[in-house]
Amino acid sequence: MIDIAWIIPLLPLLGFLITGFFYKRMPNKVSAFVACSSVLLAFLFSLGVAFQVFANGIVKNITLFDWIAFGDYAFSFELKFDALSSVMMLVVTGVGFLIHLYSIGYMKEDEGFNRFFAYLNLFIFFMLVLVTAANYLIVFIGWEGVGLCSYLLIGFWFKSHENNNAAKKAFIMNRIGDLGFLLGMFMILKTFGTLSFDAVFNTAMGFDIGKPEIVAITLLLFIGATGKSAQIPLYTWLPDAMAGPTPVSALIHAATMVTAGVYLVVRSNILYSLAPFTQTVILITGLLTALLAGIIATRQYDIKKVLAYSTISQLGLMFMGLGVGAYVSSTFHLVTHAFFKALLFLAAGSVIHAMGGEQDIRKMGGLKDKVKITWAVFLVGTIAISGIPPFSGFFSKDEIMLALYMKNPLYWAMGLFISMLTAFYMFRLLYITFYGKYRNSESIHVHESPKIMTLPLIVLAILSALGGVVNLPSYIGKARLEHAMSTIIFDNGTRDLFHVSLSREFMLMGITLLVIIASIVVARAWFKKDRDYSFVSRSGIKGIIDNKFYIDELYRLIIERPLMWLSDKFYNVIEIKVIDRAVNSVGDITTCASRIFRYMQSGNLGYYLLAMVVSIAVILAYAVFV
Amino acid sequence: MITGLLILFPFLAMLALWLTKDARVARRNALIGAWLQLPVAIAAICLFQCNGFREIIYAVEWIPSMGVSFNLALDGLSLLLVLLTAVLIPVIVSFVPVQNTSSPRKFYALIFMAQMAMTGVFLVRDGLMFYIFWELALIPLYFITALWGGENRIRITFKFFIYTMAGSLLMLVALIYLYLQTPYPHSFDFGALYSVALSTQQQIWVFLAFFVAFAIKIPVFPLHTWQPDTYTTAPYAGSMILSGIMLKMGIYGIIRFITPLFIGTININLEQTVLILALVGLLYASVIAIRQDDLKRFVAYVSLAHVALITMGAIIGNNFALQGAGIQMFSHGINVVGLFIIVQIIEEKTNTRKISQLGGLAKKMPLLAVLFMIILLGSIGLPLTNGFVGEYLLLYGIYQYNVWMAAFAGLTIIFGAVYMFKMFQHVMLGDKKYAAELTDIGTREATVLIPLCLLVILIGVYPKPLIDMIQPTIENILNVITIAH
Repeated sequence: MIDIAWIIPLLPLLGFLITGFFYKRMPNKVSAFVACSSVLLAFLFSLGVAFQVFANGIVKNITLFDWIAFGDYAFSFELKFDALSSVMMLVVTGVGFLIHLYSIGYMKEDEGFNRFFAYLNLFIFFMLVLVTAANYLIVFIGWEGVGLCSYLLIGFWFKSHENNNAAKKAFIMNRIGDLGFLLGMFMILKTFGTLSFDAVFNTAMGFDIGKPEIVAITLLLFIGATGKSAQIPLYTWLPDAMAGPTPVSALIHAATMVTAGVYLVVRSNILYSLAPFTQTVILITGLLTALLAGIIATRQYDIKKVLAYSTISQLGLMFMGLGVGAYVSSTFHLVTHAFFKALLFLAAGSVIHAMGGEQDIRKMGGLKDKVKITWAVFLVGTIAISGIPPFSGFFSKDEIMLALYMKNPLYWAMGLFISMLTAFYMFRLLYITFYGKYRNSESIHVHESPKIMTLPLIVLAILSALGGVVNLPSYIGKARLEHAMSTIIFDNGTRDLFHVSLSREFMLMGITLLVIIASIVVARAWFKKDRDYSFVSRSGIKGIIDNKFYIDELYRLIIERPLMWLSDKFYNVIEIKVIDRAVNSVGDITTCASRIFRYMQSGNLGYYLLAMVVSIAVILAYAVFV
Repeated sequence: MITGLLILFPFLAMLALWLTKDARVARRNALIGAWLQLPVAIAAICLFQCNGFREIIYAVEWIPSMGVSFNLALDGLSLLLVLLTAVLIPVIVSFVPVQNTSSPRKFYALIFMAQMAMTGVFLVRDGLMFYIFWELALIPLYFITALWGGENRIRITFKFFIYTMAGSLLMLVALIYLYLQTPYPHSFDFGALYSVALSTQQQIWVFLAFFVAFAIKIPVFPLHTWQPDTYTTAPYAGSMILSGIMLKMGIYGIIRFITPLFIGTININLEQTVLILALVGLLYASVIAIRQDDLKRFVAYVSLAHVALITMGAIIGNNFALQGAGIQMFSHGINVVGLFIIVQIIEEKTNTRKISQLGGLAKKMPLLAVLFMIILLGSIGLPLTNGFVGEYLLLYGIYQYNVWMAAFAGLTIIFGAVYMFKMFQHVMLGDKKYAAELTDIGTREATVLIPLCLLVILIGVYPKPLIDMIQPTIENILNVITIAH
């Protein structure tokens, strides 16, 4: 199975080519079938590969062909199938398949149905390339490719100016990060002479901690990660990206693409472990992002925006884990987050579907009885993300919290605050949306979504509830993920620190749980009852939070406006008034000179004679006197 | 032999067109003539491969007393650009509007004349012949722009002509100067010119003369102001030839003369000044492109930005940079011609090329939108498109030379996304009503755009044939540099 594992990324590519080429003539059913089955097949193959990797400990590198090769350099299409890529493949194809299924129902009425599935397949292809690549250059193919698909899908409904702006913004912000990635890659190539993971990591093992090149490389790669994974300072594209269809938000902007930055750091963990400075930068960036996004999420009223900020916040938490070297824990959280965030987004999509396109939760309320399945799965997702045992989010978040505590109890306290925010804004969302009185016009026929949409929801709900079994803490069961990934995590002694007495562990867990429950109670008290949402306060700290700390406005002021001004001035002043005028004046001088010299050639013989005589006189005078 | 044929064929096509009287027959003959060049170029590739990627040389004495010979050689770099010419000329000829051209026979004859001259430039290995072909290429472009151009064509064409002419004369001076330094009997042979030993002072002047000549042709900031005007005014076919093929003569000149003669030996400050000029031009043109309203002028500035990066690579002249310059010359030719074709289609369909007056075309022309997107992605260098391969190699080549230059040059990938997606959004996306009924592109447009798009992806996924083709030549040039040290 693993010998032909290269077929896994190829399947969705085929799906894309088929649906893409015939999108005009193909009936919706056929394209949906092609798209879904290609991903399902890829999932089944991934399962086979993952089984071989996990059970037998096989790791396989497959080189397809030389891409760019000359002289001493060869950059090939090479894929790597190990524990990390298997986990990622399973998430991408598994969650991806469910979202494909869901989309059949969600996009049913859309005239761009076939185009949508073509883009989704293309995305899965690039995402699989990203996670199975065996060198940084191939990662970069997937990295930019998913950015393109993100662009295409955010701007899927391209008639709206706002959607197009959001799409463009996402691509450009990602590209800023990509430049960091590219330069980091150059630095790796210069330092190690290769971009292949195995060679780079093997060489790196012999390096000293804190080597400046490694610090620079890791920082540059992390810049790439901040773009893709929506961290400070490049996070503002993600909330805007919610302009895309909801399945896209679930697939790309929650479960898979945005975790690429986390993946990249985990993949390069050897390098990061050698660069404590970068780790600190990551920890602080993750912390600030998680706090900022968590705070903003508490005052958003767009159901998707709340989830978007929640995603940013959760990604921040994963980066905090990476910052303290808890690579497996962050990967674990990546997986569980993919389950429950995909679930929450799809459930939100189901709500939006039920409400006929309405996304403002102030105009919802009381949906609990109208869309029972959606409510139930949303509740599961909310519990899971809040970190209540035994749901999946509890285990993964708890591992990160523990790692934070080992590093410094202060970080743990920050993590605690972030968990509190998470539980608060999620239950706030749940209560406002599903409880209280229905606040919208009765003319909307609120209805439960069709089976094709609820089925993936139920599967994801089960995964969100039970996903913790992937990596259970030692006091309950087996740390499967930890064990499987042990071969690819560089152990420089930090892992021993992860040992803390069981009683201390339980105490921390208890505190966390208490805080979470307290914040749920507060959310319940404030938002379960009916409130008047028509009054909006826009003053003081609340106003600042409502305006998302004016970060977008700040960027507009310090980047966009000056750039536009510069563009104008470069063209109208430097180009036209300086350079071109200088060039023209050279021409004008020539013309002018010729106009003057023209008089010398009047054709009048008398002048010529005179000029000759005068010249001779001057020359003679010169010869005689000088 | 094949080298001679490569020049002879466009010459015959030119004569044939000149003698064709009927306008309709002229177009048919032009198409036949243009497409026939492609098999010749492909035959040249086969022969080159059979020859084990070594130069195919064909030399006839011309003016032996002066050491001038009709010395042609086909190596990887020449072949690359001859191939580019042979691919683009048929595309350009096919896409000339059938009705709008007055006296088509002259128009097509001039195109073939340009093809002949440019092919000559890429093939000759004799300094004087190089100059002759170089100047010869200017003449048809002058007439194409002056006779079939748009607004202000006389003034703009005049400026273009004088400007590039001035540059060429500097090159002639440099060539003659080098020629006079060769051991007696003097020779214009490239090999002889390479082996001239110059003092530091002499080097600076010869370098400057060559550089200014090539920099005007490419063009490099701040010698570029003829370019946006000319690209905007020239008929589309003219802009395509200028940007797709002709500017490569300048980069080719850098790789043939400046790289082997001066790299590593020239005054380092001068070298860096030139590189920084190119870098400034790259950022400057990118920033200007963001707010251009005229689509043709927009493409002109985009092209300006892209060739600035290639110029940097050509001057830096390490293996990565030269590979990148080669691949990117080819890719840029395809992408910029693709962009001009798309602009032409849009102008033909909507009667405007002002971005501010466009919008929502994707709805009406889905196929055009897809093809446009592919060319755009190639242009911004997305991986798996042709633009990425060249850009990656170039940027790493620059990185090897200087980290900071690479960091600033790397901004091109951000700016590229900014101006391209902004333009695409305002032209293709959104919703807009048009007075005229718009239809999607038909056979005429698809037959030229689809092959170009396929090339964009093909070279992006499998650039190996091109890389292998030029690598031996690059190694030769690198050897010349090492010997010089």
